[in-house]
Amino acid sequence: MRGKPVIEAQKINKYFYSPEKTRVLKDVSFQVTRGEFVSVMGKSGCGKSTLLYILSTMDTDYEGELWIDEELVTGKKANRLSQIRNEKIGFVFQFHYLLNEFSVLENVMIPGLKLNRKTKEELEQIAMEKLRIFDMQDHALKKANQLSGGQKQRVAIARSLMNDPLIIMGDEPTGNLDKKNSDIVFNIFKELAQEFHQTMLIVTHDPEFAAGTDRIIEMEDGWVVNH
Amino acid sequence: MGIGLILNMAKALMLARLKQTVIAGVGVVFSITMFVALLGFMNGLNQLLDGLILNRTPHIRFYNEIKASPQQPIEMSASYDGYYHVIRSVKPAASRTSIYNNESIMRTLKEDRRVLGVAPKIAAQVFFNVGAIDVNGVIKGIDVEEESRLFAFEDYVVDGDFLDLKNTANSIILGKGAADRMLASIGDMVQVTTAQGSRMQLKVVGFYQSGLGELDNVQSYASMGTVQKMLGEPPSFVTDIQVKLHDFELAPQMAREYKEVFGIDADDIQTVNAQFEAGTGIRSLISYAVGVTLLIVSGFGIYNILNMMIYEKMDTIAILKAIGFSGRDVNMVFITIALAIGFFGGLLGLMFGFLAGLGIEQVPFELEALPTIKTLPVDFSPKYYIIAGVFSLVTTYFAGYFPARKASSIDPVDIIRGK
Repeated sequence: MRGKPVIEAQKINKYFYSPEKTRVLKDVSFQVTRGEFVSVMGKSGCGKSTLLYILSTMDTDYEGELWIDEELVTGKKANRLSQIRNEKIGFVFQFHYLLNEFSVLENVMIPGLKLNRKTKEELEQIAMEKLRIFDMQDHALKKANQLSGGQKQRVAIARSLMNDPLIIMGDEPTGNLDKKNSDIVFNIFKELAQEFHQTMLIVTHDPEFAAGTDRIIEMEDGWVVNH
Repeated sequence: MGIGLILNMAKALMLARLKQTVIAGVGVVFSITMFVALLGFMNGLNQLLDGLILNRTPHIRFYNEIKASPQQPIEMSASYDGYYHVIRSVKPAASRTSIYNNESIMRTLKEDRRVLGVAPKIAAQVFFNVGAIDVNGVIKGIDVEEESRLFAFEDYVVDGDFLDLKNTANSIILGKGAADRMLASIGDMVQVTTAQGSRMQLKVVGFYQSGLGELDNVQSYASMGTVQKMLGEPPSFVTDIQVKLHDFELAPQMAREYKEVFGIDADDIQTVNAQFEAGTGIRSLISYAVGVTLLIVSGFGIYNILNMMIYEKMDTIAILKAIGFSGRDVNMVFITIALAIGFFGGLLGLMFGFLAGLGIEQVPFELEALPTIKTLPVDFSPKYYIIAGVFSLVTTYFAGYFPARKASSIDPVDIIRGK
């Protein structure tokens, strides 16, 4: 298990064109192997979020090569990238981004419904299990907007786990939470790493959070300075 | 990708903006209702007006026209070949207007599978002797039952029983205008003089009103036998053979075909009544144009509401894309919303349109000239419902197409980063 690369970035360069051409990522290369809990640290504006969007395949406008699960994803068609995101990547955002039109349970189920490999009943059961991990099973039938911020983030993490992804990516998942909730969320990540050996790549500027991870990738001004 | 998920997404988004969705739907309902009701009414009216003429007009009429010999004697002389001929001396002969060998012609026609029915007719110019003056008129000798079956004769007999024409000897059904002029009522005797000079007493058994005043002033009906007797002709005397076809579109071609075979004149309905078709076509065109305009306007309503929905649901779209929905999936969600509005709006619209048609049909509409019509006519032909249904889906599809394309091209990074 361990040692197989999940994500491999090779000399990734990224430019912003407005207002003028700026190089925001400079020859970024690194690897994340299976089971690792990695955090990306850096000051605001150092390009860490930009890097994450590239790694998550949502941003395709870059130079260099990106391999996910030993498959070259650079230059792949948008439909294939959607499939990869659905199947292999779980995403947790800073702002919880649940769909308010749906119940908590449905929110968790949506990636599974999209993947469409199991029956609805099976998916419902899996979603309930995921909610149970975060002690959210009692809220399953509530609408998403009836939850508190911390609860929403826990549901969002449950959703990211729905398809048992290869890797979970987080963009400042605790950034918008108070101390208590951010501790809860951090402990959840820790638990996922230790008990489920879930591969995770979390962008954060919180040194405390980063200190609890297996490995810290430090970025400064577009360069990876330490990994 | 399960279609169920797309439907669920569409449903959830619609429920989230229920009010706007309902308003968009009402626009479609209204336009489809109007479309169906308008076209049904317009075409009901068209059919009524056309029927006034066309129902009573044979699809093909065979007759002998009085005409000059096409070949003048001078043309037969070889010595004047190549000269310009001034002398044209041979006038139309008092040739027979009766159709020669009409029984075998009718038999041949009846055996043709394209033919619905054949009815012979005799037209006789007469004078009605009213006191000191003579009123001129035309008496049509008809085969009463066939005329009724093929050309709705009985519908236009407003007083009396049309079958009396056959059952009572020497009877006549007078045109309403002619009867008024002669002060004749049912049971009266009228005296007619034929062009040849013979006189005859006829008993009035009914009145005929076509709705065309000009016709009703001169035209009357009697049985074939009565007219033959009046004219002093044998039972084989027939001046017109009227043919009704299963498909009247075939009339011009069949008229040409039989003209050759029988060597007599033949007119088809299209040639004789070209102006009615033109009128009908233009009236339909106008009602279609109005209906389509209504639908397009409601299409813009849907376009607006979907656009608004997309601006409001940017976050939702971004998140869907981040968790693996492709642009196509998002596109399908919004197209589904548009089509759902079109489908349900259209369905309700068709129902309301049908009800509106029933309502219009209840409105009294009585005209002296149209004895058979009591209420406004409405055409409930499924054709209009199908067109309206298809069109509601097509317009809503296009109304949804551009918003959906915009939604599918939303870049999730822009939205997520923008927060």
